[in-house]
Amino acid sequence: MSTLLKVNDIHVYYGKIHAVKGVSFEVGQGEIVSLIGANGAGKSTALKTISGLLHPKQGSIEFMGKDITKLEPNKIVRLGLAQVPEGRRVFAHMSVMENIEMGAYILGRIPEEAVEDVFSRFPRLKERSRQEAGTLSGGEQQMLAMARALMSKPKLIMMDEPSMGLSPILVEQIFSIIAELRQSGATILLVEQNANKALKITDRAYVLETGRITLSGSGRELLESEDVKKAYLGG
Amino acid sequence: MSLLTTILKQLINGLQSGSIYALVALGYSMVYGIIMLLNFAHGDIIMVGAYIVWLMMARFALNPIIALLAAIVGCTALGVVIEKAAYKPLRSSPRISLLITAIGISYFLENAAQLIFGANARVIPPFINAEPITVGAVSIPAEAAVTLAAAGIAMVLLNVLVKKTKMGKAMRAVSEDAGAAQLMGININNTISFTFAVGSALAGIGSVLYCCAYPKATPTMGSMLGLKAFVAAVLGGIGSIPGAMAGGFAIGIAEALVSSAGLSEWKDGVVFAILIIVLLVKPTGLMGRPMTEKV
Repeated sequence: MSTLLKVNDIHVYYGKIHAVKGVSFEVGQGEIVSLIGANGAGKSTALKTISGLLHPKQGSIEFMGKDITKLEPNKIVRLGLAQVPEGRRVFAHMSVMENIEMGAYILGRIPEEAVEDVFSRFPRLKERSRQEAGTLSGGEQQMLAMARALMSKPKLIMMDEPSMGLSPILVEQIFSIIAELRQSGATILLVEQNANKALKITDRAYVLETGRITLSGSGRELLESEDVKKAYLGG
Repeated sequence: MSLLTTILKQLINGLQSGSIYALVALGYSMVYGIIMLLNFAHGDIIMVGAYIVWLMMARFALNPIIALLAAIVGCTALGVVIEKAAYKPLRSSPRISLLITAIGISYFLENAAQLIFGANARVIPPFINAEPITVGAVSIPAEAAVTLAAAGIAMVLLNVLVKKTKMGKAMRAVSEDAGAAQLMGININNTISFTFAVGSALAGIGSVLYCCAYPKATPTMGSMLGLKAFVAAVLGGIGSIPGAMAGGFAIGIAEALVSSAGLSEWKDGVVFAILIIVLLVKPTGLMGRPMTEKV
């Protein structure tokens, strides 16, 4: 297994708040890796730092052997690292199709086969392709955010709280889509508060607490760990 | 002259000045949409455009088409330079700093023009020596016809640009959510520069059309025009492109109607009364979008 993403001891601040305090982890080719932890643990901050929306004060980030610590987000996307942002962040007043086209912005033209691929994965989006994205339900918007990220054929997809605010049925659906994506060879870095669901589909996971990694292991190990059960799995 | 022809004549006047307001309002609205800045220097770009037209036509006695192209190129370049030099360094500063900078740029341009060209009006030779077009009992001045046609073409092209092209879609994406747009690989700075370029090019066209109607250039001519176009943008819903067009025409027609009622000295007052009413009754304007988010 080759390492795709390597995060080395990053420290990230929001103004004076030290949100991420020396976090290191790796994601290998073909893996699903999860960062789990409570609200405010620094999970989303870590993702935003990898995608270049924030920059670390210390530490470094390597993607496919290239140092991306100081790159701007639009450069990082071009290297093959896509993000499904927290809260979906679809372009609400653009049509579903236009949102999907924006996902392929870095490519010269819109790849037909990629459009067909996301439409076959998310048939709802095909039905609604001319509708404004803001009129979609929360679950459909989440699917659109995923479809948009898939359009650029990324080597690594980072998903920030994809199940947030969705009904239990939709949460199931989103996690089964993530599992399917992995089956088709995608590499995924997942940030989730829903530790139970995330750990079930994940290869390896890291537990974050107040900006530090406190535990790590395979999905199964963490599901069975007493500490994780007590803190995140409700018992 | 019957009442009907008077009304039609005033309507044509209103559409003529309205299309100029609309072109200027588009620049306000597009820039606001993308960086939430009320670019109060935008009106002064029109003024610079008018001096370019004067230079081309009065000083160098060139063809009006060349004057038009020079004004568009000059205004576009000026808009982009202002953005890069004055606004870009303030990208992460509070919005009020940007606003104050815009006002500063406005004063700078007005005073620079006064220094270079003097305080007196520079008279621009007439553009069009054509007979008015007569339709039934109404005669449409050639300037009005050309203005309407030119503004119409510019707006259709703008619509195609924004709706169909990759850059136009990127512009809309950045104005909706700059962070998410960056995650799509869109370069925010280039998109902002492009928006200023388009808005300023429209201002360049507006300046030529303005010179058709009021053939002189003065250092402060842009401030009232800019303010009225700003009102038009707010009336239409700031940030909205169709709103800016509709608002521009509405302001132009409102002015013409007030004048035709024999109250021309109230013209400016009525425009600003519209601003106050819009802000009180419907601050999002006719086509503006309320800030809502589906969770």
